[in-house]
Amino acid sequence: MERKTPLYDCHVECGGKMVPFAGFLLPVQYQTGVIAEHNAVRTKAGLFDVSHMGELLLFGADALDNLQMLLTNDFTNMNDGQCRYTLLCNKSGGIVDDLLVYRMEKNQYLLVINAANVEKDERWIREHIFGDVTLKNLSSELAQVALQGPLSLKILAKLCMEESLPKKYYTFVKDINVGGINALISKTGYTGEDGYELYCQAEDAPNLWNKLLEAGKEDGLIPCGLGARDTLRFEAAMPLYGHEMNDEITPFEADLNFAVKMQKRDFIGKEALQNKGERTRKRVGLKILSRGIAREESVVFFNDTKIGITTSGTHCPFLKTPYAMALLDMEYTKPGTRVQVEVRGRMLDAEVVELPFYKKDERKK
Amino acid sequence: MEFRSDRNYSKSHEWVKEIGTDKVEIGISDFAQDALGDIVFVNLPQAGDEVEVQTPFCDVESVKAVSDVYSPVSGIVCEVNEDLLDNPARINEEPFDAWLIRVEQVTQREALLSAEEYEDFTKKEA
Repeated sequence: MERKTPLYDCHVECGGKMVPFAGFLLPVQYQTGVIAEHNAVRTKAGLFDVSHMGELLLFGADALDNLQMLLTNDFTNMNDGQCRYTLLCNKSGGIVDDLLVYRMEKNQYLLVINAANVEKDERWIREHIFGDVTLKNLSSELAQVALQGPLSLKILAKLCMEESLPKKYYTFVKDINVGGINALISKTGYTGEDGYELYCQAEDAPNLWNKLLEAGKEDGLIPCGLGARDTLRFEAAMPLYGHEMNDEITPFEADLNFAVKMQKRDFIGKEALQNKGERTRKRVGLKILSRGIAREESVVFFNDTKIGITTSGTHCPFLKTPYAMALLDMEYTKPGTRVQVEVRGRMLDAEVVELPFYKKDERKK
Repeated sequence: MEFRSDRNYSKSHEWVKEIGTDKVEIGISDFAQDALGDIVFVNLPQAGDEVEVQTPFCDVESVKAVSDVYSPVSGIVCEVNEDLLDNPARINEEPFDAWLIRVEQVTQREALLSAEEYEDFTKKEA
C-alpha cells in the first residue's frame, strides 16, 4: 500500500494525476501536462513535491570519519551551510545510491537520499558505522518541495527576506522564515535550472505549498509532476538511480568521476575501483536522428556489433528532440560516432553527443 | 472527457467512424489521449498496408511511454493522416478530428461499443 506525502490533498486539489512511485502516491502530471510543466521550469518556474525523498541525520564526534569511509566524495574541507553531491558504493565499487550531504554543523550532517533506497541505505549505513555516531531517519517528519526555474528567486523573495536566502549553488541556510513557516532552503535542484529546495516539518508542508503557488501565480509558477521532473533531469543529463546508476555500475562508468576522491585514505569500494583499472564503458549522450524514441534498455549497435545499452531516453520537451543516455564500450564513446539503437524491432540512427543536452548558460548567450 | 456518439469504440480505446461503404476512419479516444499524456511521435503505416482486426497497426509515443494502437477492423489502409507526423499534439488537442488512418475493403470488425457503452467501460477501467 502506497503512502501519501503530506501534500497529497494539495495535489488532488490541483488536479494531479496520482500514480504509485517508490512507495508513494505522487502526481505524474497535472492538467497542464508534462511538456507545459517542463517548459514552465525552463522559462518561468515550477513547484515540485519531493517529500518522498529520504532524509537521514548522522551526528556524533565520529560523524565526519564515518562519512569519509561510507561515501566516495571528500567532506573534510566542507563548511557549515554547504551541500555536496556524493555516491555510496558497495565493496565491489558498484553504486548503492547517490545523495546530497548537508553539513548542518560540526559533527552533524543531513543525508538526502533516493526514496526507493531509503530502507536499503539506512540498513547499509547502520551496518557500517563505527565509533561515536548516531543515525536518525527523519524521512517521515520532513517534507521537501522544490521551487525551480529562472523566476524562483523573485517568487521566494516575496515570502522571505531576500538577503537571508543562500546565494551560491550548493549552499543552504537553516531556519528561514518563509511566510511564517520555518524552512531550511538550499540552492540545489534536479532540473538543470536555477532554483531552491525547501525542507520543512511535514505538518507545515501544505501551508508552504499553497503560499508558494499563490506568491508565484502572477509569474507563471505552476505545480509540476514526476513526469516533468524526469524529463528536466534527463534534458540536463543528470543521472537517475536505477537508470544511469545501479549496484553494478561504477561511478567512473556513470561518468561521475568528480564525486569520487581516489586520493582519500580509504572508503568502501575504493580497493575494488582501483583493481578494476581503466573503465571499459562510459555513459554518453545519444542524439536520435531517425523518427522515434529510444527509451531505457534499448540495445545499441555499431554496424552489427552490440556496443552497449541505453539507460534513459525520451523526447526532450525544451530542445524538441529525442535523446538517450547510454552505457557504451569506450571505443565508441567519441562524440560524432554514428551508432544504431534497436527499438521495437526497428533500427534508429543515432549520434554520440556531449553531455549535457541542455545547459542553461548557453541558452542565455 | 468527451464520448462522441457519431462513432463506435473498441475496448482498446480506438474510435471507428463509418465514412462510406466498407470504409472507416480510425483514431484514438479522448480517454486514451488523456491517459497517454503529451504525444510527441506517431509511427503510421503506409497506404496499401493491410490491417488486421485486434492487431497493432501503429504506435504513438508520449513523453512517458510508447503505446500500440490496435485496429478494430481488417481491411486495406487507403489513407494515412500524414499531418500528424509533424503535429502529433493534434491527437491530444482534437482526438476526434485527428484520425490516424482510413481503411477500405473492410472485411471484419470486432464487436464495437456505442459511445454510451464505452463511457461505462472507461468508468469501470479507471
